[in-house]
Formats: sequence, structure tokens, C-alpha cells
Amino acid sequence: MRPFARLNRMFSRLPVHLSLGVLVVLWIVPTLGVFVTSFRSREAVRTTGWWTVFLPQEVEGKVEYATYCEGCHGADGAGVPAADLSDPAVVGKFPRSNRLLAVLRRPLESGELHVQDPGLPEDPNQALETLAPILGYMQVLSGIEEGAAGRLTLRNYADALVGYKGTQDYLTDCEQGVASALAKFNCDASDLLRPEGMGRAFLNTVAVAIPSALLPILIAGFGAYAFAWMDFPARQWLFAILVGLQIIPLQLALVPIARMYTSVGLQSTFLGIWLFHTGFGLPYAIYLMRNFLGGLPREVFESVYIDGANHWTAFWRLAIPLSVPAIASLGIFQFLWIWNDFLVAKIFLSSHPVLTVQITNLIDPRGANWHILTGAAFLSFIVPMAVFFGLQRFFVRGLLAGSVKG
Amino acid sequence: MAAPKIMQQGRVVPWLYLLPALIVIAVFILYPTANTFQLSLRDRTGRQPATAECVEGEPCWGPFENYRYTLTSPEMLIALRNNALWILVMVPITIGIGLVIAVLADRVRYESLVKSIIFMPMAISFIGAGVIWRFMYHIETGSLEQIGVLNAILVGLGLDPVPWLSTAWVNNFALMAVGVWLWAGFCMTILSAALKGLPPEVIEAARVDGATEWQLFWQVMMPMILPTVTVVLTTMIIIILKIFDIVFVMTGGLFGTEVIANRMFKLIVTHTGRSTAIAMLLLVLTIPVMVFNVRRFREQEAMR
Repeated sequence: MRPFARLNRMFSRLPVHLSLGVLVVLWIVPTLGVFVTSFRSREAVRTTGWWTVFLPQEVEGKVEYATYCEGCHGADGAGVPAADLSDPAVVGKFPRSNRLLAVLRRPLESGELHVQDPGLPEDPNQALETLAPILGYMQVLSGIEEGAAGRLTLRNYADALVGYKGTQDYLTDCEQGVASALAKFNCDASDLLRPEGMGRAFLNTVAVAIPSALLPILIAGFGAYAFAWMDFPARQWLFAILVGLQIIPLQLALVPIARMYTSVGLQSTFLGIWLFHTGFGLPYAIYLMRNFLGGLPREVFESVYIDGANHWTAFWRLAIPLSVPAIASLGIFQFLWIWNDFLVAKIFLSSHPVLTVQITNLIDPRGANWHILTGAAFLSFIVPMAVFFGLQRFFVRGLLAGSVKG
Repeated sequence: MAAPKIMQQGRVVPWLYLLPALIVIAVFILYPTANTFQLSLRDRTGRQPATAECVEGEPCWGPFENYRYTLTSPEMLIALRNNALWILVMVPITIGIGLVIAVLADRVRYESLVKSIIFMPMAISFIGAGVIWRFMYHIETGSLEQIGVLNAILVGLGLDPVPWLSTAWVNNFALMAVGVWLWAGFCMTILSAALKGLPPEVIEAARVDGATEWQLFWQVMMPMILPTVTVVLTTMIIIILKIFDIVFVMTGGLFGTEVIANRMFKLIVTHTGRSTAIAMLLLVLTIPVMVFNVRRFREQEAMR
């Protein structure tokens, strides 16, 4: 019976595995769809579902090629060295099937018919109809046209980075010197910094997120140290207020701060948005760091005070180095929060769009530019996903350490 | 916990350490809150009293005219209804799914993989999530194939495609599904940590006494994690009260999907008084949870 024990257990757990499997698929499919779509050409995105890239592709013309040509030219097209169909130069001589038909109607040097057993249809129209898919297949074979398998492209990412909205893609239009591309774009690396592109938005987001994550931690560090290791009258209730403030809706500050910024010239400046994020990041940051600092062993602090250290030294030499784990969790949490923020950036940094704001600028209400939008979305996911998968432990710890900020 | 004598300092030093934080909080949280209340009693420009907005022969709440708009106007009633719908429907479903995953994943070897995948949406922006789901819900009205997954499935089953985001009621549930997809991972993470923190001997004892897995969950584990469930519930309620990005990017609040925070956002530029009155409503709705959080904190402190 023993060998079956494991099998039995597996079957009794089958419902568990199945439900988890279904949930995992439900959770992955939406993101996978956007990811796959971001690598497909505009035409492919428009005409077929992204999931078709996982289905076996029936290449057009393959059957006809096998019937008429494969016998001599071989499956890879290189069977006849003098007429190597895998060579783009050879196939390139036949832009249309009537040119191909003219050659095929001529007998070979040996005097035999070029196409025999089965021969091409006698009727020219029928013959051309047969040849069109064969020519298409030869173009795929020689690499002139991208086949179904090779339809994945990075061009959407180029479009998203520069913010191109032309009728073809940015790289093609630049190569061909299309006027709509040349009017606004230089077609060189400087386009990466164009204000309507995701490249510039990426830099803006970095410029917003890093100081906005560091500043509250520094200020919170001082405050948390006071709450944890100093004695002063209002300590308990002041901290209780901070606990309450953690969930205060930031909507409350939007209009007054926008008016204040306009009058002091901070509207749409990086300094303005750093300060705003610092303000709303502080209650949570102080709460988290005070809990961490307060949890450190009292003896450590007592011993340095006995050795004659003052608070300033104890703060920089002891509290800060010891709270690196808390700072890491907090920093990552705050960084991702700001990286993904839309509302605050939309209102306080309108002239320097960050990634989330730029994505909303790229949305086409008719849904005709999914190829660019999906690429843009993924550009904005790269950093959070890298942080998330690389530093998941810290992220989850930050989440568990307290109630969640807002 | 009072600091020992050895660490005591002058009266001034603690306030020096607190000063930067207190200034920033005063300028960015406390002053704006007071100012928002002031502005909520003014008109659209923020210069005249709100009574200036009153129209002869129509109902008017005098200085509280903007609150009349906030609480009784048709578009705000839709928004209030939708936020309530999110809280009553989406929040329980999200917590339920989070709990189910936490419990199930605990029993398999690939637990961390499952949890990473379910949690992943929390790492990306709500705007990005909105793009992901707009694509899921995409409808092709011309003769082309359906490229959105949901409508492709419907067509594959021989049914007609559905305009998910522009059909009243359907769209609210479509948006809530996105919310579940986003926040189930958050609920799962916190509840899973609570489940793993349960004392194993209690669970063993219940198993030895012959409790079924079902009884074990409902009669042993559930009561023990109830405090954590409450925290998750209140946190989710606060998140949903302020729900904005998803609605903004997917429907813009059109077709009956308006929510409080989106209405507030729309009015920021055009109507200072109404916009700030709505912000005050958000504050008032948040206060019970604030009180709850502070109470819970004081209980925890008392136990330390």
C-alpha cells in the first residue's frame, strides 16, 4: 500500500492545487496580455488577439510551396544552389507573382518544364492565384518578410519612449524621412528626452521619487528618536495624533497647497512635490521608525550615555546604523508609493509629467494604440517589478509593520 | 515607558528633534485641513462666501451651499452610492479571496510563488493596472476580431461582445473586479502572516480532538485572527473611500461609475468650494477609522 500513500495524498489535495492554479492563471493573464502585446506590431495587435502568439501558426503558402517547389528546392529553399530561395537577393527579384510566373513558364536549361508533376494551372489567373501564397512563403523563407514567429518587435518601446503618435512607427518614419516624424523629431538620441515621451517621464519620476523617499525618512528619524528615547510632557498624546494622521486623506491638502504653491512660486516644481510627499509620508514614517527604535535594547543606549555620549552622537552613531532594516523597508515602501502615484504628480507637477501621468496622456479613447500604450505601461513597471522581486522581503515587512498609509 | 533618568535631557532638546517633523506636518496636513474647511464655505472662485452660488427660487443651504451639492446633487449621489457599493461588495470579496489564498497556499510547497504572483499587482501603479484591464475589457466594434480577452471568450462561446466599461452596472462590477485583482494580494499577505503566527500547539490540539479542517478554520483559526481581519477591513475601507486612479483611467467616472474622489478631482480647477466640501466629506468619513486606529494603538501600548 505504501507506494500509493503519496498518490492518495496528492489526490486528496487536488482541489487545493486546482483552485490555486485557477487563481494564479486569473492573476497572471491580464499582465501577460499587456506584456506580450507590447512586443507585437501595430498591425498584429489590431487584427489578432495577443494569445495567438502561443498558438501554432499556420504559415500561409507552406502547403503550396510543398506541392510545387519543395521537391527540388528543398524545405529550407536552399536545395538548388543556383537558385537559392533562402537568399533574399534571389527572392527579391520577384516583387510580384507575375514576374515569378514568367520565369516559371520558361523551361529549365535541361529543356524540362520548370514546374512539373504537378504542373502549374494552365489558366494564367489561376496560376497567379497559386503563386501568390508561394511567393509570400518564399519571402518569409528568405527573411525579406517577417514570418509569424518573428513578428515580435521592440519598435513599440521606441514609440513609447519618444512619445510618437504617427501613422507608422517612429523608427520606420525616421528611416523613410516621413514629414510628420521630421516636423517634431530630430530622429536621434535627443528625441528620448522629448517632453511627451516616456523616456523623459522616466527621468522625471526618478527625480520625484528618490528625494521624496529619503527626505521623510531623515526628518522622521529625528522625530522617532525623540519619541522613543526622550522624555517630554506631550509624548503619548502627540504620538497618538500621529497614529490618527496616518490615514488622513491627502485630498484634504490638494486645493490649499495648490493655492499656496501658486502664490510662492512652487507650483509645478520638483521641490514642491518633494515637500508634499514628505508631509504625507511623515506620520507613517515616524510611527514605523519609533516602533523600531523603541524596540531596540535599552541597555545599548544606556551604555553609550554612561560613556558620555549625548543624544546627537547616540542618534547618528547608534540609532541610525541600527535601524537600517527599518529604513530599508520604509524607503522601499515610500519609493514605490511615490513611483506609482498619479494624483499628486498630476496636480503639483503638471509641466513635468511623470510615468503615470504620461501614460494617461498616451491613452487613445478609441483604443487604437494598444501597441504603444502597452509598451509605455511596461516601461513604468520595470522599476517597481525589479524592486518588488528583488527586495520583496523588505517590502512585505514594511507592509506588515503598521497599518497602511494613505 | 518613561525614559530612565540617565537619558533625561533639558526641556528644549526633544522639541528640537521634533521640530522639523512638526513644521512639515503643520504646513502640509494641519493648515490645509483648516484651510479646506474655510474654502468649503466659499464659492467656486474661493473668494466669495458660498451663498453667492445660491440661485433664486432653488433650494439653498446658505453658507453650506457646497455641502448641499456634496450630499444631494445627482452626480454626488451616484458617487456616494458607488463608494458604498465598493465597500459592501468589493471589500468583502477581496478579503475573502485574500483569506482563501492565504489558507490554501499554506498547504502547498510552492507557497511563495503563488503569493508573489497574487501580490504582484500591488507593486505596479493603479494607472498601469487600469491600462492592463482596459485592454482586458476592450471591445472591437468594427468587423475586426475581438482583441480583448473577455470579449474574445464571449465571441468564442458564440455570444455577443459586451461593452464592459460603458454599460451601466456591468461597468461598476468590472471596475470592482480590477480592485479585487489589485488588493487581494495585500489582504492575503497580512492575513497569511496572522495565520502563521498562530500557536501550532493549539491547532495540533484541535486536530487531535478530531476537528475537521472546516471546523478548524471557522472555530479555531478564525476567532484567533479576527483582530487582524478587522485591521484589514478598516484599512480596505479607507483605501476604497479614496479610490480614484482606477476609475479615472478606466471610465473617467462616466456611465454611472463616478466615485467621491474622482468628483473631487474634477472640481479642483473649476469649483473650489464644492471640491473642498467633498474633501471635508472624505475627512468626516475617515474619522471613525482614525478613532478606531488610535484606540487600538493605545491598547497595544498599554500591553507593552
